[in-house]
Amino acid sequence: MNWLSDEKVNRLRTVVSEPDFSATKYTFVKELGRGGMGAVYLAEDLELDRLVAIKVLNTPEITEDLRNRMVREAQIIARLEHPGIVPVHDVGTLADGRIFYAMKYVRGSRLDEYAAQGASLRDRLRKFQAVCDAVAFAHAHAVIHRDLKPQNIMIGSFGEVLVLDWGIAKIRDDPRASAAYQTMEGTVIGTRRYMSPEQARGEIDQLDERSDIYALGAVLYFLLNDQPKISKAAEAICSKAMASAKEDRYATASELSADTGRLLDAEPVSAYRENAFERVSRWVSKNRFLVLLVVAYLLMRIFLIFTSRR
Amino acid sequence: MSKPLIGVILGAVLGVIDGLTAWFTPAVRNELGGIVIGSTIKGIIAGIAIGFFAKKFQSLPIGIVFGVLVGALLAALVAIMQGGYYLEIILPGTLVGLIVGFATQKYGTTPAAAN
Repeated sequence: MNWLSDEKVNRLRTVVSEPDFSATKYTFVKELGRGGMGAVYLAEDLELDRLVAIKVLNTPEITEDLRNRMVREAQIIARLEHPGIVPVHDVGTLADGRIFYAMKYVRGSRLDEYAAQGASLRDRLRKFQAVCDAVAFAHAHAVIHRDLKPQNIMIGSFGEVLVLDWGIAKIRDDPRASAAYQTMEGTVIGTRRYMSPEQARGEIDQLDERSDIYALGAVLYFLLNDQPKISKAAEAICSKAMASAKEDRYATASELSADTGRLLDAEPVSAYRENAFERVSRWVSKNRFLVLLVVAYLLMRIFLIFTSRR
Repeated sequence: MSKPLIGVILGAVLGVIDGLTAWFTPAVRNELGGIVIGSTIKGIIAGIAIGFFAKKFQSLPIGIVFGVLVGALLAALVAIMQGGYYLEIILPGTLVGLIVGFATQKYGTTPAAAN
C-alpha cells in the first residue's frame, strides 16, 4: 500500500479548504489570512483583470443570521466611499452557498509592521492623522468601527492609509437593525488592548464614536511607545483620547486629527496648556534657522564693536 | 500677516538694533539719534522691497539672494555717504538683507491667485 507523503496530504487539505469560485468571475490565488468567522483570500477578477481580496464566511455552520451579518458588513463598507476606507467591489454567493464580498486588495504592510520597519515619528503621526480622517468620515455616516487597532490598518505601497475589517462595525441608531443584527448587551466585542472601558464592560448600548476615539488613542500610544523622546503635547493628546470617561475624550475623530496636525506643525495643541518657557522653546524650535541667523547677526555686531574699539 | 508687512517690521527692528550699536563708537555717539533714524528707514526700505519681491516670487534661494543684494546696496550707499566705516555698515546691512529675505519667503501669506 502506498502511503501519501505529508507534503501531499497537506496539499490536499489546502485544496479542500480553498473556496470554490467556479460560480463567480474570480479565481483563487492564495489565502491571505483568517479570523474568527471568515477568511480572506487573494483572487483574480477575470473580467476586470485585477487582483482583489475576497472575504468568505468560514464557519462550520452557516446560519441565516451569519449570512445576513456578512451582507450587512459589505453594505456598511460600501456606503463609506473614502480614500482611507477599503472599498467593496462586489458581494455574492459561492457555489457551496457561502456568502462572500470582494474588496480592494491592498499591497503594503499593516500599521504594526510599518512601525516595526523604523518609520519616523513624523511619518507615524501623518499616518495616524489619515486614520483619524477616515474614521471621522465613517462617524459622519453614523458608522462606528468598534475594532480599531494597528492590525486593521494598512499602509499601501504608495503610503496610502486604509482602514480594514469592518466586521463588527455598527450603524448608530439604525432603524433597520433587528435582533438578528444587533450585538447583545453584555457581549464583549473587539480587541482587549484597544478596547474602551465601556466596551470592555460589554455596555454595547453605551458605545458611540468616542469608543472609537479611545481605540485611536490606543493606536497612537502604540505608535509613540517605542520612540526615544515624546513631547508632553503628544502624551497629552494620547491621554485625552484614552480618558476613562467618554466625556473627557475628544468629542470627534476630526478634533483628534486636528490636534495631531497641530503637533506636526509645532503649533500649540488643545490637549496641553503650555507654560511661557515651553511656548518660547516651541517657537524657537520651529524657527530654528531664523533664530540662528539673528544670533549670528548679533554676534557679528558684537565682534565689530570690539574690533572697532581696538 | 502679509510678506511686505513682515519685511517692514523685521527691517525696522533690525534697523533700530543696527543704529543703536553705533553707541559703541564714541566718535559718532553724538549723532546717535540720526543714525538710529537713518538705520531704521534703511531697514524699512529694504524690508518693503524684499517683502514685495517675496509676494511676487516664491523661491527661498532667490529671495535670500535678493535680500542680500538689497541689504548690501543700501548699506553701501549709507557707507559712501558716511565716508567711512565701510565694513561696520555693509556687513551687518548685508546680513539684515539676508534675514529679511529668508523671513519674507518663509513666513507671511500671499494673496490667492485670481481665477
